[in-house]
Amino acid sequence: MIELSAVHKSFGPNRVLRGVDLTVPKGESMVIIGGSGTGKSVLLKCILGLVTPDAGMISLDGQDVTRADRDAFLARFGMLFQGGALFDSLRVWENVAFRLLRGSLKRPKAEAREIAIEKLRRVGLKPETADLFPAELSGGMQKRVGLARAIAASPEIIFFDEPTTGLDPIMSGVINDLIREIVTEMGATAMTITHDMSSVRAIADKVAMLHDGLIRWTGPVAEMDAASDPYLQQFIHGRADGPIASVR
Amino acid sequence: MTLTAPLTTPLAAIGRPVLAMLAYIGRIALFAVSVVSHLFRPPFYPREFLTALMQIGWFSLPVVGLTAVFTGGALALQIYSGGARFNAEAAVPSIVAIGMVRELGPVLGGLMVAARVASSIAAEIGTMKVTEQIDALVTLSTNPLKYLALPRVLAATLAVPVLVATGDAIGIAGGWLVGVHRLGFNPATYLQNTYDFLQSWDVVSGLWKGAAFGFIVALMGCYHGMNSGRGAQGVGAATKAAVVGASVLILATNYLLTEVFFTS
Repeated sequence: MIELSAVHKSFGPNRVLRGVDLTVPKGESMVIIGGSGTGKSVLLKCILGLVTPDAGMISLDGQDVTRADRDAFLARFGMLFQGGALFDSLRVWENVAFRLLRGSLKRPKAEAREIAIEKLRRVGLKPETADLFPAELSGGMQKRVGLARAIAASPEIIFFDEPTTGLDPIMSGVINDLIREIVTEMGATAMTITHDMSSVRAIADKVAMLHDGLIRWTGPVAEMDAASDPYLQQFIHGRADGPIASVR
Repeated sequence: MTLTAPLTTPLAAIGRPVLAMLAYIGRIALFAVSVVSHLFRPPFYPREFLTALMQIGWFSLPVVGLTAVFTGGALALQIYSGGARFNAEAAVPSIVAIGMVRELGPVLGGLMVAARVASSIAAEIGTMKVTEQIDALVTLSTNPLKYLALPRVLAATLAVPVLVATGDAIGIAGGWLVGVHRLGFNPATYLQNTYDFLQSWDVVSGLWKGAAFGFIVALMGCYHGMNSGRGAQGVGAATKAAVVGASVLILATNYLLTEVFFTS
């Protein structure tokens, strides 16, 4: 279980997180929604230790993440980055098997390649893709490779940062379905940040809305449409009028 | 405005950039210590080291070689025409050799490597930063300093002395070609003069300088890449800062090392 308690983070005068409280139970798929620039990515990066919070506490299974052994802690995570963040200088299979080729999870090269090809197949990519470089792939294929890399070491927790940004609606649907299937199949805890409502409905068990540095609303996805919160209603229906200023 | 403002304002104007520069040097020194500390702690990445060795050493050879051959040739012409003023034309082989191995080989080699390597390292790592590849490395339990910076810094520190030695030989050959074919020196006598006047410390000191310059080049490339700003403009600024910083540091270090090596 991931717990965030009164997490604050500022960048200079810009107070991005102003006391975020959130609980993500084990095995659940939590989707965080919110407008651009509301600190969704910062929140994920705080949990991973890529950004250090100014105040507050983040714990994983009751243990303060700042005191955890870094390698053991990160070995429990997989992450799909917004732009894929694939390593340009490595072939696709080397990207997918990155963790399996070095460090504590190191396997023989042939075995690592086999696992990589299996994971690529799992995300709908042919084995021939394995020897290409990321620059030779389309945006959708890069996302799939990023997804394959995120699940390669069978992590307990997977983070998805804007998984459908920049993709056409059909490819977005494919990625959403893949994420849902994989998370269910692996029994992983998932945390996704997005402002794509079709992703929310496809991926989420629970939804949390981040606005003005605070969790504005949280609840099961099934209750989202009926919720009375005006901020949430404006966001999910994409209305220009409402309490959320359109110029931010 | 207070009464002391006319006095303090110019002082503050001088003090601010001085403090900023000291802070910059401090940050680079801390970065260097962090990178070097990984040299003694596993895991190690031999493949990344060998790739960096090829990129920095082997692929810099043409540019260092061309710089050296033209510099050696020009030096021979300059010393011949300058020496003619006091009948010292015969000093061409020895001065070309000493000039190349003590100063021009390491400094010009270092500057050419700074232009080629510091820029490419800063651009590569800066792009990795803005495309979140460095964050991805961290989430994959890989320390970016160990995986990206250490192999490059180590490779440059080892490769640049070899480049300098090669550049020295090519530069002396450039001087020999001009001396023999343009200035009428006897080929064997030219080489004999070069050999007679050159001492081993002349060569070794240049190689130590090369190692220091290689370290500076890769360090500045990595530091500015990892601290790159956002977007294409950020990467461009990081690349420029890496080359300028490396070049200035090379020239300053060259002066300090020359003081240490040749005046004590």
